[in-house]
Amino acid sequence: MAHDHDEEHHGHGSELSEMQLRVRALETVLAEKGYIDPAALDAMIEAYETRIGPHIGARVVAKAWADPAFKRALLDDATGAVHGLGLINRVGDHLIAVENSATLHNMIVCTLCSCYPWEVLGLPPVWYKSAPYRSRAVNDPRGVLADFGLSLPADTQIRVWDSTAETRFIVVPMRPAGSEGWSEEKLAPLVTRDCMIGTGLPKDPRGIA
Amino acid sequence: MDGVHDMGGMHGFGKVEPEQNEPVFHAEWESRCLALNRAMGAIGAWNIDVGRSGIEELPPEVYLTRSYYGKWALRLEKLVVKLGFAGADEIAAGRALRPGKTIERKFDVPAMSRTLARGSFGRKETSPARFQVGDRVRAKNIHPATHTRLPRYARGRVGVIEALRGCHVFPDSAAIGAGENPQWLYTVLFEGRELWGENADPTLRVSIEAFDPYLETAVP
Repeated sequence: MAHDHDEEHHGHGSELSEMQLRVRALETVLAEKGYIDPAALDAMIEAYETRIGPHIGARVVAKAWADPAFKRALLDDATGAVHGLGLINRVGDHLIAVENSATLHNMIVCTLCSCYPWEVLGLPPVWYKSAPYRSRAVNDPRGVLADFGLSLPADTQIRVWDSTAETRFIVVPMRPAGSEGWSEEKLAPLVTRDCMIGTGLPKDPRGIA
Repeated sequence: MDGVHDMGGMHGFGKVEPEQNEPVFHAEWESRCLALNRAMGAIGAWNIDVGRSGIEELPPEVYLTRSYYGKWALRLEKLVVKLGFAGADEIAAGRALRPGKTIERKFDVPAMSRTLARGSFGRKETSPARFQVGDRVRAKNIHPATHTRLPRYARGRVGVIEALRGCHVFPDSAAIGAGENPQWLYTVLFEGRELWGENADPTLRVSIEAFDPYLETAVP
């Protein structure tokens, strides 16, 4: 809503006036036909702009780091475990948590469209939906990670999960050294969106504490 | 369909360019477009697979040059007209010229709250699973002209069943109005070299989520 000023800087400028008009026309017609209440659109947009985002996933990961029993439950059945936290009304089915280790790095992609765990990460960033990421994640993941400034040891196994069905994935990154003894509340800000997709690592606790 | 949307492994799209402090939406119309698409799904106007198919069927040059929500807007226009929810003349006029189609439930605020949770695509198991964890399977070399979720890069390749995910709505059927036709869903794991040849990163493994009809037993 409040982002119109950003328009010209993101390559959507040429589409702007055309798309504003087309979408406005669609909304008017569909509302006048009695299918939708524009107030419900407002409420949905507000939810994605303010309530549903990667801070939810960060809480999940922080709890997994701090609570071994929760981590086991999360890796066994992420839908059930996340639902049990009560952070969101209802977790969509088929959420799967995958864990990084010293020898294994997981990355999530949807090569066919833009499947992404909305309930725990919010709406996906533009790069996740872009052709460069979708094309290269499955055959050049190290090159993709380099685009994010990330370099993993040469012998680290890379596991790419292509989200080709309604199963959704979230990466549980390794707990960073230096965060020993930290509470869930203190750990959560270390967990970035990208580290839960697999294109980043958690923040360095030394930069936070 | 073997469209440009099926991008896994293609070359030439360049670097990934993350945007620092990216906003949720880059323009108001993007947010309205997202919500309108979700709303039409919520009232049962079309299912998720018909929706995805609607994007994939955009002409390749449109698919590759329009922004993400730009494609959503084109899909919305197309499906609204095709399925009789509004006329092209009404969209051009920017107002309703005739009464709407009868629908089961309007997208109002209570309906919106329910829509924020994802639906369930799991269905009752109608038969035992054909494959078990550890089975070697080959993704079939199929090229349906309609919607499918078997990416091209996996077709003809041999992988291993890593997990059973239960029976799910089969997108290939749901997208063409042929019903849910639930099928077993598996996570199938492929070695990077099986997919990309000898020069592939030896540390790479890739999995897909594959429905039973996509798979056949791999002959050793």
